[in-house]
Order: sequence, then structure tokens, then C-alpha cells
Amino acid sequence: MAIVTGKQVGLTGNSAIAYAMRQIDPDVCAAYPITPSTGIIEEFSSYYADGQVSTELITVESEHSAMSACVGASAAGARVMTATSSQGLALMWEMLYIASGMRLPVVMTVVNRALSAPINIHCDHSDSMGARDSGWIQLYSETVQEAYDNLLQAVRIAEDPRVLTPAMVCMDGFITSHAVENITLLADGEVKGFIGDYKPGRSLLDTDNPITMGAMTLQDVYMDFKHEQSMAIAGAKEVVVEVGSDFGRRFGRHYGLMECYRLEDAEAAIVVLNSAAGTTKVAVDELRKKGKKVGLLKPRLFRPFPYAEIAAALKNVKAVCVLDRADSMNGFGGPLFSEVRSALYGLASVPKVMGRIFGLGGRDYTVEHSTAVFEGLYRIIETGRMEELTGYLKS
Amino acid sequence: MSTGAATAKKQKLSVPFDYNKYIRKNKLPHIWCPGCGHGIVLKSLLRAIDKSGLTKDQICMVSGIGCSSRTPGYVDFNTMHTLHGRALSYATGVKLAKPELKIIVTTGDGDALAIGGNHFIHTCRRNIDMTILVYSNAIYGMTGGQFSPTTPQGSMSTTSRYGNIEPSFDCCELAKAAGATFVARGTAYHTQELERTLIEAVRHKGTAVVEILDSCPIYFGRQNKYKSASQMMEQIEKDGTIPAAQAEKLPPEEVKGKLLRGILHRVERPEYCEQYLKLVEKALGKGNE
Repeated sequence: MAIVTGKQVGLTGNSAIAYAMRQIDPDVCAAYPITPSTGIIEEFSSYYADGQVSTELITVESEHSAMSACVGASAAGARVMTATSSQGLALMWEMLYIASGMRLPVVMTVVNRALSAPINIHCDHSDSMGARDSGWIQLYSETVQEAYDNLLQAVRIAEDPRVLTPAMVCMDGFITSHAVENITLLADGEVKGFIGDYKPGRSLLDTDNPITMGAMTLQDVYMDFKHEQSMAIAGAKEVVVEVGSDFGRRFGRHYGLMECYRLEDAEAAIVVLNSAAGTTKVAVDELRKKGKKVGLLKPRLFRPFPYAEIAAALKNVKAVCVLDRADSMNGFGGPLFSEVRSALYGLASVPKVMGRIFGLGGRDYTVEHSTAVFEGLYRIIETGRMEELTGYLKS
Repeated sequence: MSTGAATAKKQKLSVPFDYNKYIRKNKLPHIWCPGCGHGIVLKSLLRAIDKSGLTKDQICMVSGIGCSSRTPGYVDFNTMHTLHGRALSYATGVKLAKPELKIIVTTGDGDALAIGGNHFIHTCRRNIDMTILVYSNAIYGMTGGQFSPTTPQGSMSTTSRYGNIEPSFDCCELAKAAGATFVARGTAYHTQELERTLIEAVRHKGTAVVEILDSCPIYFGRQNKYKSASQMMEQIEKDGTIPAAQAEKLPPEEVKGKLLRGILHRVERPEYCEQYLKLVEKALGKGNE
């Protein structure tokens, strides 16, 4: 299929990501198949076979090896990308921390899928939410267009000398990865111009300046490494904004830390990640027509968590429901809920915040569900009482 | 004689067996594609289990991830469907906790030899009592036809568009070298022979590995220009193999390029669980002194 840039084309999320990877043309890509992310590497391997990329494609024997190879290649100074889902990400766990601890700007697409057991191949965010403390930047994508744009930006964010931290771009399994949407692609030259060349400050192949990576550190310096890493990731927030603005200036699609949809004067709001935000927007529009002041906050950046900006965006809302597509088993609500609620704690007037788990293992989330959540928020606003603080969405 | 009666007679002669006893009928239809041999292998296995005299409750079937790993979902034994590559580790745990169970692992070339390769060699080395059936179709079928450790060099796959440059594993040689005490090869094409091989495998005490050559017409076949599922079975499983006993009597040039079928290796060696129990008894005896 000939893909034309500059005008709208219909692509699945996986095809768009593979296309972006062709345009980025990383030095190394190591991967292992797993549903629903397989299509990305499958299409990328066609680009590779047809000589359209200069990448070394390594089809390894497990995700453990995939991320290990990515770490090795990145440490050697290469621009490195991969993609995975669910158990694949779980099997990469050890190396996620190695990549971030060594400050290697690997960029990975995570096509969100539920974790076993029982086995399920459909969408929820248990996989990437489990990796939220691994020191990776996490960008979430509502649509195919956002996934494509986020991936291009992730390369620049991760490789920024102020950040030097791996980044994962998340999109919903099947809902986004396998559905065809109209998206606008950039020209290859535009992508090259935007991401630039990767010139690592230090690398293992720079034999004139030999270094060691990951060496044993004990009580004397380990904590200092972690402190520096923590500060660098916190600082990534500014870089995300900078890169998002530059992307907007160049290509007309602006990106920030989050998207606020009809939130300015909202009394009731839903906070939700990825594709469910699209469904929620429809519910918001329908309820707005009926005079209800409702809105949506869709975080784009989840790691580092933009707590101050989220608090500022929600400060005038009376009641908020945070929808989590992952359960932090035995935690205080889902991961997004506990962080959003915590972010609001310092406000002079704190909105009522409830948390609901939804859409696990691909369970459908419809406009009706969204509308019912808003109705629940209005009951809280009217009575001042919250019947259930956290729980599962009835669906 | 009407066609229906002829068919009925033929069926009675060739397969006088009621599979319903072992099948979870509410889990059907199965997910395997038209032309896939996994169903034939399952039938051979069920007949072998029946003839080996095991009851349903004496068997625990464990699997990882992949097309072959869906097998435990369809059979009425104790079953566990686990993680990609890890079936043998889970199975080892089950066997140690309940040594009286007969453990049967259904796995594939990707599951057993790539992502689970480490567990495969160490299970063989320990000689723990279990039957490992490696359904080898030379491709990752479930994820869309990526090359696997048994994909022949030069073959097409979605990740080797101009031919696979990696040499492939010989599953049986690998199992033997790693220490498995029973190693055999069968095919979906030779279903009766496979049944006999599986009876021997299930009866064996120790790690028994059976590589079962099986065709994936959808992903391997289409990409490698096989005309049909049946042509693929004939070319790979029938013409590409030869019984080990027959091969011994033939000149080398007639055997060249063919894979051997039947029992390829069988030795006696102490079984892991028995050794473990002996050690426990020894330790307890020492404690009483």
C-alpha cells in the first residue's frame, strides 16, 4: 500500500507506529512477537526487508532478550526502539530498570493489554501501570494520530541531554492498535528534521573515552545515582512541554501535558487515559447540550506525573471521577485515582474525588457508562454525600 | 451399499473411539485453523492416554502460550494454562507437590525452544517424570507467522521476508544431549504410529520428549508456497521423514535429508522426584539420630 504523507490516510495504530519507526529509522530494533503489538514489528520487518530502513532488526527469543539487546545497543550509542504488550512488558521488568538506571533513551511502544491470569488478550492498562515506577517516561495516546505523534516526540524527549531516560508510548490494544483511523502523516524529511541525529554524550563504543555502566555501587553512591535519576525524570516534564510546543509550531498539532476538554467551567469531570477519553468526550457533548456543566481531563504524560498542573486544572471542579483501566490490587483505588486525589490534597478547596475501575480485559466502555458516571457525580454535588469512594464501574 | 453406510463402516474400522469422554464439549469449537494438524495430534494423544489405562484425574496437563498450548483447555483432565515458555517450570512445581500425577506438557517450537529454551534443557537434565509434547510446526502460528528456532534455513516468514538465515534446532538431538531419557519423533500424518509412540512416552518413567511434526498451512504454508494443507503434510511429514528402524537398514544417501520417526533414544536413569524423596528420608533419618 502506498502511503501518502501530508493528507489524511486510513491506518491502524500498529501500522502508524510501524510507519513512524520507518521514518525515525532507528539504528537497532530488537523485538519478540506478542498480541496485540505484533503487527508493529511485522510491518517494520517488511520495511527492513525492503531496504527502507538502515536498522539492525534482531528477532530474539523472548522479550527478556529483546530489552536486553535494546539496553546493550543503546549503551553502545545507538538509537533504539522496540514494541511490546502485556506479558511481554512483564518479562522485560528487570531490564526496564536497567535501561532507566543506565539513562539509556530507548523508545518503546506499549500496546496496552491485560495481564494473565486468566489469560486475556484485550485492552487494559495493567501492563504499563505495573511499569510506572520503573523510571520510564510514559505518554498515553487516545487515538492513532496521537500514538504516531507521541512516538516521534518520545524520541526527542528521551534523547534530550537534560532527560536521558527511556520512554514508552502507550495506546490501547485492539481499540487503537487494530482500528483504522484517518490520520495525517508527516513527510520523512519533516520527521528527520524534528528528531535530529542522536549523538550520545557517552557510549561504550567511544573507545577514546572508556566508561563503565551499571557497575557495583554500595551505600556510598547508589542513592546519589537514584537521586540524580529522579531529578532528571522530574525535569522531563518541561522538556515534554517544549517538544510538544515545537511539534505544534512545525506541524500544527499542539501537545501539552494533558488535554482538558470543556473543563474551564465544569462542575463534574472525568479523568481517564487513552481511548476511553474519546468515548467520554461524546458523553460530555451530549450532557453539555442538556445544560450540564461537565468536562474531561485526559492526562497525556503520566510519568513524570504532572501533579501541580492536574491540580490546577481540576481546582474549580466540584466532583471528579477518576477512571482506572487497571486495578492496583490492595491499593487505595486505581493508580491514576490515588495519584490524582493526592495531587488535589494541597488545594484550598478540594473537589470530591471518587475512583472507578473500568474496562478490564477489554470490557466495553460506552457513552452510557460515561453518562452514568456523570450522573453519579451530580448526585454527590447535590447531596454532598459519596456513597462509594472507590470500586468497580457497573458494566 | 450407500455412501453413508460405507463411511460409517470405514470410521468404525479406523477409529473406533469415543473422544467425548475426554473432551470439554462446552469449550468447542476449538481455535485451530482449517488444515492445522493439532486436532489430529490431540486425538492420537487421547487414544494413547485411554490405552495406557490412566484415569482422567491421574493426569495433569500443563501448557504455556501458543496454538498447541490451547490443548489443555479442551480436555477434561486437571489442566493449567500458564505463561509463554514457562510450562515446564509450572509442571515441575505440580510434579514435586503431587508426584503421583502423570504430567503431560503440550508446547510448541517457539514456546519450548525459544522463550522457554532454558527451562527445556534443565527439565531434561533433571530427568523429572513428565511427558513433553513439542508440536513443531516451524513457525509462531498464534502471533502471525514469525520464524522460530525450528524454521528451516531459507524459509520465509513474516520476520524473514527473504529467507531465514538462522540455523534451526533439532529438538530431539537437543533433548537427548540435555539428558532426556526418552526421545521420540512423530507426525500428525502418521496418526496411528504417533498413538503408539505416545503410549510408550506416557509409560516412560523420567523426562520423555516427543517432537511432533505438524503443519501450519496458514502461516508457514502460505509463505512458503505450499499448495494445500494436505500437500504440506505429505511433503513435510510423510516424504520428509522415515522410521528410525527402517533407516538403519538403508544406505545413507536414501536417508539423507529425512528426519527420523519413532523412538530415537531410551535409557534408564534415576528420576528426579524419587531422588528427592530419598534425600528427604535420608535427612529425616539423620535428624532422628
